[in-house]
Amino acid sequence: MRSVKLQTLGVGVVFLVALPWLLDSEFLIGFAVLVLYSATLGQSWNILGGYAGQFSFGSVLFFGTGAYTSSILHVTYGINPWIGLLVGVVMGMAVGAFVGFLSFRFGLRGSYFALITLAFAEAFRILANTVEFTGAGIGIYIPLRQEPANFQFTSQMGFYYVILAFFLISTYITLRLEHTRFGARLMAIRENEDAAEALGVNTFRHKMLAIMISGGIGAAGGTFYAQYYLYIDPYIAYGVEKSVEMLLVSIIGGMGTVFGPLVGAFALHSINEIARHYLEAPGMSLVVYGVILVLIIGFLPDGLIGLLKSKKKAGDDA
Amino acid sequence: MLEPVILLTALINGLMFGAIYALVALGLTLIYGVLHIINFAHGALLMLAMYAVFLLFTQFQLDPYLALPVVVPGFFVLGYVLYRFLIGKLARGKDQNILLITLGLSVVLENGALFFFKADIQTLNLEYAYDMIEIGPALVTLPKAISFGASIVIGLALWALMAKTDLGKAIRAVAKERVGARLMGIDVDHIFAVSYGIGIACLGAAACLLMPSFYVTPTIGHVFVIIAFTTVVLGGMGSFVGALIGGFLIGITESFGGLFLGESLGQIGIPLIFVLILLFRPTGLFGGKA
Repeated sequence: MRSVKLQTLGVGVVFLVALPWLLDSEFLIGFAVLVLYSATLGQSWNILGGYAGQFSFGSVLFFGTGAYTSSILHVTYGINPWIGLLVGVVMGMAVGAFVGFLSFRFGLRGSYFALITLAFAEAFRILANTVEFTGAGIGIYIPLRQEPANFQFTSQMGFYYVILAFFLISTYITLRLEHTRFGARLMAIRENEDAAEALGVNTFRHKMLAIMISGGIGAAGGTFYAQYYLYIDPYIAYGVEKSVEMLLVSIIGGMGTVFGPLVGAFALHSINEIARHYLEAPGMSLVVYGVILVLIIGFLPDGLIGLLKSKKKAGDDA
Repeated sequence: MLEPVILLTALINGLMFGAIYALVALGLTLIYGVLHIINFAHGALLMLAMYAVFLLFTQFQLDPYLALPVVVPGFFVLGYVLYRFLIGKLARGKDQNILLITLGLSVVLENGALFFFKADIQTLNLEYAYDMIEIGPALVTLPKAISFGASIVIGLALWALMAKTDLGKAIRAVAKERVGARLMGIDVDHIFAVSYGIGIACLGAAACLLMPSFYVTPTIGHVFVIIAFTTVVLGGMGSFVGALIGGFLIGITESFGGLFLGESLGQIGIPLIFVLILLFRPTGLFGGKA
């Protein structure tokens, strides 16, 4: 059983690696880049929200911290963005540890945790909008110098392989959660925190680890954003929209599942493209997405991936 | 050195804005107190009410204050229907589901507004918008003074409704003990929807009072959602007095924050208070129990 699963995964990885050659179009590869980028950010939310059950409304904290760290190091101090990426991941984990320590040490759960992360993100946004080293409201422009050594590429394909690597690493971490004690304990915390505590799970420590992993992945996504769009400002970096996007792709795809964020990200960007090109109403895609979110909470708690799974199960039985 | 007059002006301005925050927070705290849910769509629904006031004025030349008898009942009905047929039905009794459903609702409303109204900042051009009245040493615009008085009147009316009427008694009974209330013949689902409706009607009132001196954009809800939650948490979730006093405190904080820390950094006071209260006194200043 396990080997069959591994085979499927192997085929999936080979497919994703070969995908740009199959698509052979800048537009489609660009689309795939966006999907994998959203899926990576979704994975950051998924580990904390889907597996550990800590719903964050401010996961943009990690994204923005990664984006600002690499951009400031690059533009102000001339440090290579690849090194900035690593420092950004560490900073993302540090921000995760900071927010997590305060929230979990003081016992905030459920909706209160969601609200405090939102407030932290808002505080960071105001700070980034005020202090000088972030470029305040003007933001940071990253100079164009398209060299792989500079984390910039002349074609979408270069970005594709970078974000594919981020996605595969984050998905590997998530996959490990399904097979390790650490992951099982996180899920126990999600299902019933008091019971997990009573059974001897150090809930504080596990939630801290989850939020730090989530922070590191989110920060990597942030650095990618900055290098891809070559611009970052306080509203992009710490605004509510990105937090919502991170949570949406994960919940709509299926939270607490390994491939939920990928399915959700694919759905989000497909709806986006359809709304933009066929309906000529770009804003409507998020309206549709909001409606889907409400319907999924009401009728499909396992997300879109739950649909696929239940079909497959029905097929297996037959 | 800052002169006392400037401080006093900041204080009075803070109180004026605080009254509106209190009104927005009253709705939120009522919904929390009765239904024990966090209504994340509060900001987006306020935005919707502000656009309703804006449209009534631009399309029908209806003055925002005269729009009160239209918008308040309209939003009561909207809230009632939303809860009875959407939120209550889909939540299946789970807290986090309600948080996410109301989040989904706000995503729909905000992006719908963005589609219909674009991202432009809209204001009403009223003749009396800049009429000044003197309060002690400070000059205050007429709309702000009106909103201050009206918010207090509405707050008192809400208190009277809760304390003196049968409906209020039923709402309090459901808030305390929903199973017991049901056994006494109270239609709990109806009371839930009524409470949600009253909470949303408060937003309708707040929108009418805000629009003469404020602007509206599709994302205006973001500004208010944090403020409203901070107010409610500061005052104590579910406490009416807390929401009123919390609103004034937040208004003053914002006003003094702007004065001492500047326009940009001054805004940080609100999320900071929010975080500190959640960490050190999650029951708020007037909250009874955890």
